[in-house]
Amino acid sequence: MYAQMVKSTGTGVKSLDEMEPEERAFQEKVDADIRIEARDWMPEGYRKTLIRQIGQHAHSEIVGQLPEGNWITRAPTLERKMILLAKVQDEAGHGLYLYSAAETLGVTRDEMTEMLLSGKMKYSSIFNYPTLTWADIGAVGWLVDGAAIMNQVPLQRTSYGPYSRAMIRICKEESFHQRQGYDIMMKMAKGSEAQKRMAQDALNRFWYPSLMMFGPSDANSVHSEQSMAWKIKINSNDELRRKFVDQTVPQAEYLGLTVPDDTLAWNEEKGGYDFAEPDWDEFFDVLKGAGPANHDRLEARKTAWDDGAWVRDGLTAHAEKKRTAKVAAE
Amino acid sequence: MADALFESLLRLGDNALILGHRVSEWCGHAPVLEEDIALANTALDLLGQTNLWLEYAGEVEGKGRSADDLAFLRDAWDFRNVLLVELPNGDFGQTILRQYLYDQFNLMNLEALKGSTDTRVSEIAEKAAKEAAYHVERSRGTVVGLGDGTEESHRRMQDALNILYPYALELFITDEVDAEMAKAGIIPDPKSLEDTYLAAVGATISEATLELPQAHFGHRGSGRDGRMHTEHLGHILTQMQWLQRAYPGQSW
Repeated sequence: MYAQMVKSTGTGVKSLDEMEPEERAFQEKVDADIRIEARDWMPEGYRKTLIRQIGQHAHSEIVGQLPEGNWITRAPTLERKMILLAKVQDEAGHGLYLYSAAETLGVTRDEMTEMLLSGKMKYSSIFNYPTLTWADIGAVGWLVDGAAIMNQVPLQRTSYGPYSRAMIRICKEESFHQRQGYDIMMKMAKGSEAQKRMAQDALNRFWYPSLMMFGPSDANSVHSEQSMAWKIKINSNDELRRKFVDQTVPQAEYLGLTVPDDTLAWNEEKGGYDFAEPDWDEFFDVLKGAGPANHDRLEARKTAWDDGAWVRDGLTAHAEKKRTAKVAAE
Repeated sequence: MADALFESLLRLGDNALILGHRVSEWCGHAPVLEEDIALANTALDLLGQTNLWLEYAGEVEGKGRSADDLAFLRDAWDFRNVLLVELPNGDFGQTILRQYLYDQFNLMNLEALKGSTDTRVSEIAEKAAKEAAYHVERSRGTVVGLGDGTEESHRRMQDALNILYPYALELFITDEVDAEMAKAGIIPDPKSLEDTYLAAVGATISEATLELPQAHFGHRGSGRDGRMHTEHLGHILTQMQWLQRAYPGQSW
């Protein structure tokens, strides 16, 4: 999941009886799983919360190019290099679908970009962790994309039509991303001693940050209730985190790797694993900008945006000249 | 004959490999999201072409070297790419102009290679030419747009052209390897493409409202025969080959 701690602007969940007729009609559509489209009436809070959520997701796709791009020039084979390039290209494409979905809510891509660069909008905490070895590229695909899929699959049914359709396209590509990550981990985990060490080290560093991707525990997730009523959040944070752990632990075992959690144990009664919570202080630190790569990531995006200004201006000016010439010729 | 074909395939493959590497350095740093996507796509196509050319080169050589062996385990003196593709990315204008100067040649060359007497060469060219046609359309359009954009974009594009144009002319520095390939009808002599290339580039540059500098390729020896490279190539290889060199013989 690439949206964490999305602040909902609703003022507590109202019952249908407390709503004005417009809002009531809106909520009844949501309850009946009828998609809300851009032209439909919607509560201001719904619109604003969606912009934050979709924007955060889009920014995550864009910033997410950086930790993976870090290894494109060093990928160990031509095939791995091509797969990684294709994956990063997909991610930029996902960013594009999502910005387009957010634009239907009355905000421009440039405005959202400015908000990212000024720190008003966030991206997922996970991309503030560095990719130190080639195995990290495997771990990012396996764990990070795995966690993202866990959240994105239910969001295909989200109430807002353009968002739902973007998620459907994205989910198709994400499963390929996760498979290529797991495939890298397989090679590493079954490879030389050095490769195994890299694989274990990558799991050690990415395990808890991946668990953090689902956001804080339900007890501390203050905005969830309204978002769930609006069906822009489908499952609770803890529910998805549990599902992720249950799915991932057997995969780690298959690889012969050890999940870095001494308390991890199968709980027969609940039919799932008991596992340790991530360090939530670390999570909040990273969100506030104190993560290991926050500064680098944001600087890279600022530099790209600032250095690219003359290119955007130049191409816009040229398009304008052509338009004027065409009008004059008609 | 096999030696000359091997050399020529390295020239084709190494150009694609080194340029693909350079373009891939842009990942996540492009001026606008659409460019991030387009640059990644271009790099991906170039690496796909690399794989096809180098795989065939390894077979022709007959010493059991794979495309990966050739890409990751040769040192600078064994690379056969032109210097143009090694040059650092510079600003976006320099990157896109370098891309255009290469794409324009690559497309013409691949179109000619479709008629190669070597079926493997013609098959690879068939596939690669489709990609190259798209690349040249995009890089050409962007060069024109930026040349004829704002004052600043115009100035930057002219600067880029002054730096890069002499390097483009290396594409037509030929030797006996080219002569042998042309005689066998396998690969055309680059010189046979020179006039059409210069005309096409001239037209693009003038549409971009830029001026072609008076220039020639000033180096003695060329990347095509391995007698000359820039200092940049070694650094590209240091990065590209690092894992293969640090952990030799592993499966990835």
